[in-house]
Amino acid sequence: MFDTLTDKLGVAFKHLTAKGRLTAEDVEAGLREVRLALLEADVNYKVAREFVERVRDRAVGADVLQSLTPGQQVIKLVFGELVELLGGEDQALSYSPEPPTVVLLVGLQGAGKTTTAVKLSLLVRGEGHRPALVAADLRRSAAVEQLQILAAEHQVPVLVPETGRGLAHGVAAAVQAARRQGHDVVLVDTSGRLHLDQPLMDELAEIRSAVRVHHSLLVVDAMTGQEAVRVAGSFKEQVGVDGIILTKLDGDARGGAALSMRAAIGLRVWYCGVGERPRDLEPFHPERMARRILGMGDVLTLIERSQEQISEEEAVSAQERMREGRLTLDDFVTQLRQLRRLGPLESILGLMPGGRELMRAQGSALPGEAELRRLEAIVLSMTPEERRKPETVDSSRRRRIARGSGTTPAEVSRLIKGFEQMRSMMKGLSGAGGRRRLAQELLKTPRGRTPLIGG
Amino acid sequence: MSDPGGGRRPRWWRRLPRRLDRLGSGLGHQLRARLAHGAVDAATLEEIFELLVASDCGAPMAEELVQGLRERAERERLRAPAELLAGLRSEMESKLGGRNRELRLGGTPGVWLVAGVNGSGKTTTVAKLAARIKAQGLTPLVAAGDTFRAAAQDQLRRLVEPLGVDVVGHRPGADPAAVVYDAMEAARARRRDLVLVDTAGRLHTKDNLMQELAKVRRVIAASIPDQPEESLLVLDAYVGANALAQARAFSEVIGATGVVLTKLDGSARGGYVFQVERELDLPVKLVGTGEGSDDLDDFDPAAYVSALLADEAV
Ligand SMILES: Nc1nc2c(ncn2[C@@H]2O[C@H](COP(=O)(O)OP(=O)(O)OP(=O)(O)O)[C@@H](O)[C@H]2O)c(=O)[nH]1
Ligand SMILES: Nc1nc2c(ncn2[C@@H]2O[C@H](COP(=O)(O)OP(=O)(O)O)[C@@H](O)[C@H]2O)c(=O)[nH]1
Ligand SMILES: [Mg+2]
Ligand SMILES: [Mg+2]
Repeated sequence: MFDTLTDKLGVAFKHLTAKGRLTAEDVEAGLREVRLALLEADVNYKVAREFVERVRDRAVGADVLQSLTPGQQVIKLVFGELVELLGGEDQALSYSPEPPTVVLLVGLQGAGKTTTAVKLSLLVRGEGHRPALVAADLRRSAAVEQLQILAAEHQVPVLVPETGRGLAHGVAAAVQAARRQGHDVVLVDTSGRLHLDQPLMDELAEIRSAVRVHHSLLVVDAMTGQEAVRVAGSFKEQVGVDGIILTKLDGDARGGAALSMRAAIGLRVWYCGVGERPRDLEPFHPERMARRILGMGDVLTLIERSQEQISEEEAVSAQERMREGRLTLDDFVTQLRQLRRLGPLESILGLMPGGRELMRAQGSALPGEAELRRLEAIVLSMTPEERRKPETVDSSRRRRIARGSGTTPAEVSRLIKGFEQMRSMMKGLSGAGGRRRLAQELLKTPRGRTPLIGG
Repeated sequence: MSDPGGGRRPRWWRRLPRRLDRLGSGLGHQLRARLAHGAVDAATLEEIFELLVASDCGAPMAEELVQGLRERAERERLRAPAELLAGLRSEMESKLGGRNRELRLGGTPGVWLVAGVNGSGKTTTVAKLAARIKAQGLTPLVAAGDTFRAAAQDQLRRLVEPLGVDVVGHRPGADPAAVVYDAMEAARARRRDLVLVDTAGRLHTKDNLMQELAKVRRVIAASIPDQPEESLLVLDAYVGANALAQARAFSEVIGATGVVLTKLDGSARGGYVFQVERELDLPVKLVGTGEGSDDLDDFDPAAYVSALLADEAV
């Protein structure tokens, strides 16, 4: 029940491909599917309409009508066009030669500004700078405390503006204080506000005129619908916005807002929020975003992450044992840990085409940290023999293991069942080319259709 | 124009359309301009489709509404722009008709569970509900079930303690189910009428977090019969198609009994509620229209449709 754009285009163009050649009417029918699917991904309706116009022009010009696989051609065009629109020069925080570099975070209520401020401070520190935060949200209750708690966990200092002479003045003074304390980057968290709220929009403009802001970033929830364009346009016009931070991409929102804001207002996404924790910030990749909007999953990210996180040695030794059919329960727990390191399972599966269906079907996700510890405790309560041959664990052994690990016999048998499943799943994927084959497997669109886009 | 809402106009609705008119973006505004040109041709219907999509009704629902209008226009021989607009209004209202939108409050104590994705407006809604219950002469108690987000309990306390409502909370990182259990015990001991449960925001795709919420609900059900009598899903009007996915997942886990549509004081209308109501058989019960503790109103379908159409004549 997760209709992706890929699915829909697949259906539309399957029909077209069957005929071999396309008529102009066929193209229209296909493009209507493209448009509907973009709308389903929350792409603004005007942007979707204009996008389809562009693709139509290209489609006609590119001799798609004569090609033997017009469906794939059109989809390639759609994808290429999307990437081009989303792309452009890479944008990232840059640092002023005259410190402090001031970054202002603005947006609607609940978008993720405070969380993002802390995430950015860690990013900045990682690039060798000394960040400080200014808590300029004095409206929402306990917003200052929220920022202070998050920042303190990572030893980033927080300055709270004095408002005796107005918020803008207070923020300017806080920025100066930060500079005197030797901070060369200052990130300013502001209150959420509606773009319709004139006094509050004026307040931001005042901050901008009181403080030399180098980057003004609009924080936008990836789940935002059709209004994204109006909101972003309004903030840009009234406050000035240089770029977007798209938050909550760890969910299943398709994030059409990214395309909308880029196409309609020219604002590009700089970074993506992928979780509630301060480390959950990623650079923006136009291709991945395009795939996501099109519902094609994001295999690239997954493969990159797995290469970063799992050392070659770890992978090789486990693979060898797997090939020789010697996979043990110890390996099982190690593997769970490795998978865990790739990120939350939801986000891993979310990156795979069909991953969400799989997750739904499976019903349960990977264990969390606490569960992992229980699983480890279970394995540690087993004899080496039992770890190698879990099939020897009968009900009296199960009870012993459960007692030893402070768990229940049911948990023990669930672990063993999971292990056996994994062993059989891994069989087909072991060996040197395993990872590549896994990737190829993943690149296939769901339900066994051939890949719609090569590479 | 006629007033199918029967004259009873909630105060929030009076505030909304004027704003939309100022933006020149009201659906009714554009529709009237369009329909003034004459008959319902394909281009007009296409435009109505787009305008519905622009309110986040979703393409399938927009198509359905347009189709309904087309048939109605033929059947009832609608011609004049005002007639067509009234026809569209009826189509939309009929989709929202026949639902019981009353909040249930009967348990001793009753329990209302409030859940939703991050930043949707749960805590604010809990505070608003506390204020409303209090104003009705009843005694609410609030459970600080968000033990995850930094300063979540502080936020809640500062919102509800000035109202004279007490909060039961644990340390950060505590098990929310335990907080809720203690809150129910406290409510019984202190003879409170209602426990309002705030919960941490969570994306509906996070299985472990959804399981945590399921556990909260189980603990409530196990300790007080027939509770929670309300499980409210808080949806942000600015959200698009994802709202449907949220509604599906949360309904399943908390057995949602109603939706609170927040941030309607903004420019977004949350048109996805047409789909949510039908697909999940889930009524919108309340709307959030601001950040203050009295910015909460009962959902009124006729007024809502008016706000969508930005139809100042009603
Ligand atoms: N304009 C407007 N803002 C609202 C409304 N409801 C909530 N907010 C604001 O939205 C932001 C988030 O509200 P919260 O109540 O903290 O949301 P939450 O769902 O508890 O958030 P988390 O617990 O962080 O997931 C705050 O700035 C609120 O003031 C509303 O109806 N209108
Ligand atoms: N899952 C997820 N949650 C996020 C992300 N960014 C922020 N949040 C959550 O969204 C809610 C609102 O965030 P907050 O930073 O307080 O928003 P603000 O009101 O704009 O300052 C909080 O519950 C955050 O934990 C993200 O990238 N992913
Ligand atoms: Mg904030
Ligand atoms: Mg909250």
